[in-house]
Amino acid sequence: MSREITITALKYNPSDSESKPTFEEYKIEETPGMTLYIALTKIKSSIDHDLSSDFVCRAGICGACGMVVNGKPKLACKTLTSDFKDGKIELLPLPTFPLIKDLSVDTGSWMKNMSIRVNSWIVANEETDISKLEKRIEPEVADEVFELDRCIECGLCVASCSTAIMREDFVGAVGLNRVARFSIDPHDSRTDEDFYELIGDDEGIFGCMSLLACEDHCPKDLPLQSKIAYMRRKMVKV
Amino acid sequence: MQIKYTDALIIGGGLAGLRSAIATGAKGLDTIVLSLVPVKRSHSAAAQGGMQSSLGNSIMGEGDNEDVHFGDTVKGSDWGCDQEVARMFVNTAPKAIRELAAWGVPWSRVKKGDREVVINTKKTTITEKEEAHGLINARDFGGTKKWRTCYTADATGHTMLYAVANEAMRLGVVIEDKKEAISLIEKDGQCYGAIVRDLKHGGFIAYVAKGTMIATGGYGRIYKQSTNATICKGTGHAIALNIGAYMGNMEAIQFHPTPIVPSGILLTEGCRGDGGVLRDKDGYRFMPDYEPEKQDLASRDVVSRRMLEHIKKGKGVKSPYGDHLWLDISILGREHIEKNLRDVQDISKTFNGIDPADEGEKGWMPVLPMQHYSMGGIRTTPEGQSVNIKGLFSCGEAACWDMHGFNRLGGNSVSETVVAGMIVGNYFADFCLETEIDISTAMVKKELKRQDDYILSLLAMDGDESIYDIKDEMRIIMQDKVGIFRNGEDLADAVEELKVLLKKTKNINITKKNRLLNQELEEAYKVPMMLKVALCVAKGARDRTESRGAHFREDYLKRDDENWLNRTISYWENADDLEPTLKYEKLDIMKMEIPPAFRGYGRKGMILENPLSQKRQDEIDKITAGHTGDRYELQDKLMPYTLQPEYKSKNQRLGDEDE
Repeated sequence: MSREITITALKYNPSDSESKPTFEEYKIEETPGMTLYIALTKIKSSIDHDLSSDFVCRAGICGACGMVVNGKPKLACKTLTSDFKDGKIELLPLPTFPLIKDLSVDTGSWMKNMSIRVNSWIVANEETDISKLEKRIEPEVADEVFELDRCIECGLCVASCSTAIMREDFVGAVGLNRVARFSIDPHDSRTDEDFYELIGDDEGIFGCMSLLACEDHCPKDLPLQSKIAYMRRKMVKV
Repeated sequence: MQIKYTDALIIGGGLAGLRSAIATGAKGLDTIVLSLVPVKRSHSAAAQGGMQSSLGNSIMGEGDNEDVHFGDTVKGSDWGCDQEVARMFVNTAPKAIRELAAWGVPWSRVKKGDREVVINTKKTTITEKEEAHGLINARDFGGTKKWRTCYTADATGHTMLYAVANEAMRLGVVIEDKKEAISLIEKDGQCYGAIVRDLKHGGFIAYVAKGTMIATGGYGRIYKQSTNATICKGTGHAIALNIGAYMGNMEAIQFHPTPIVPSGILLTEGCRGDGGVLRDKDGYRFMPDYEPEKQDLASRDVVSRRMLEHIKKGKGVKSPYGDHLWLDISILGREHIEKNLRDVQDISKTFNGIDPADEGEKGWMPVLPMQHYSMGGIRTTPEGQSVNIKGLFSCGEAACWDMHGFNRLGGNSVSETVVAGMIVGNYFADFCLETEIDISTAMVKKELKRQDDYILSLLAMDGDESIYDIKDEMRIIMQDKVGIFRNGEDLADAVEELKVLLKKTKNINITKKNRLLNQELEEAYKVPMMLKVALCVAKGARDRTESRGAHFREDYLKRDDENWLNRTISYWENADDLEPTLKYEKLDIMKMEIPPAFRGYGRKGMILENPLSQKRQDEIDKITAGHTGDRYELQDKLMPYTLQPEYKSKNQRLGDEDE
């Protein structure tokens, strides 16, 4: 049995001086297994050609489609319309990130700044000869690094974070997780002192108020809170 | 109107583009990478199962080397590949993976001692050697003789992309996202950069460069059902077509056996590599009946066809979305799935409400072959430069380099992206270093104005066609008439219907007339581009009257080495033409290291042989019999090839000296 669902979306084009934020309401027929990706694609092609949103992989892998769905930050492509019993869904763009238009926000610039701020790359003090056998890594250690490397920079943790709203330069759970990831990678030669230089302040590890919303909303179920606590214990010792 | 100058311009910020940027950056060139999306969201991130590289660390990969990888790749390609390029590739892949390890890809590692794996649906214990402990591990994949596919669970593309993007950032490569190249600047057969639309602010910028690289991935979105991301529209190919560049083998389209139904999201080949199997409506495992040797792990083109063949016999599972088959990984056990196939589990749970770790049929996932990969692309030399436009380079899925021929092996595409990024990226850097350009600003401004006028003309159109309808129709035509099973009549219809659609794009109406942030306007200039790409695919398929690799003709069932051992070249002769012009580039059997033969899987006796194949084989046998040196010297005698010395050097393996 199909039903009609109502999707309400914020529409606003900040680059157009005439544009004013409004809510637009769309009624569509729900199809089996419908996700917000399918629903919004249908709305864009048949009801409102002017509605903007961002989807890339539509499989929960790339992190492009974060938006606020009935008050909660979610990946739209992984959200099923059938999860909303009353068939009413309200969509807002992710907060904290600059709005491009409607549901489309600029997460790219934010993530780039964060990456540069925390030096989100391997710092090695030895050259690798790529024609020789690779450095040996304990299988469990590789698995641990992989666990933290699963972050997709979707920005839901940032959009859920109170500190991120108050402090523009807070690196967020995404940034702190990234540092935790490099700190346990045997290819990285940086010491705790080096990491302290990067995140040992209120824009970094000491900005977190432990409100836990980052972990609640992480679509990859990353252990953000325990990793932030782990980094904080390490940084306090420095 | 703004003009930016750079040494190297790279269009596309996936693995191939970013790795190329590292190559140009390392040679001190000013480099700009343009990307439709933040680069870490590129479609490379969606590669799941792994990267082929013949390290041979795991006991199941023992004895692997470049020669074995080469043989698998050539057979996989159904002899359509450029064997010299395949050689360049297999020799560089081990170096690529070791470089990536050093940049932080947390490759799964070998653990010494016993471990349980599933082989042929039975739990089997294998024992990893003590000396392999801590080296990079590999899993089984389709069409390979050894376990060669290195992985990080089923998020391999993701970890590779992050490592390469991070390294590019460390080197200070300039990456500009939300930028779309909509035309190339060309004069007298040379490319000088691109006209680019800023997707955040809507304006045009001209990027003038000594060399331009297209690394925009595949064009799967011309099909209704595709595993590809929404951005894989082939616009990089279209802008190259628009300046006359040659495309190679555009009809060579891969259909992956196991996207999930109905969303079309990929479930990795690693599912079957790790021991999962396909089942029919009766729960019966049918692949061994068709393919006794490789069973569920024959090459993708073969498995996809066998699946549809089985469905045609009435063995499919009925569903509102048509018939499908089952993929069963429950036999691998929950622990294995939750560690090594967790994204697969997440996808299946989220989109289908099925936990594949649940035992028995409760955990089976509905699958059906869908468009997955574009073997064809911008035809390049082994150095990666367009064969007919100077200064235009291409690598990765966007290019027809051509190491995949008519069928790509699983695990060879992410591998190609970084390997080509290294090899082609370096040749591209050399080109940019050696080249001086003298392009006038007047000429650049003229091209900017032409694009500006074009956008205005689109907005001014007052027709009655909807660009969205045209796009949907194109995708259905490609799906129904240029799919897995092809025939002359349908293909001829497809070409004519696509031409009609291309005409219709000149008679559309855009609802909102604003130039900025108007996604309908973006569709209006992209759909005609997609149609041009689709026409190359359909016409190439129509005229290729044989079956080779993924190109399968019901009316020409055999691979025809006598008449069709060639590469289709398609190009746009005149801007106003409604269809591409085709010509063919012959492959030389007498230069091949492995002359055409049976692949070892797929139907037997389906080859129209070329007498030269036997002649070349005899020649090879004679050289081999009289050879006294090592395998490297033999290879050089059979088919010498050129590669940068740093990549041509020998790859050390376990047991080789001087560890």
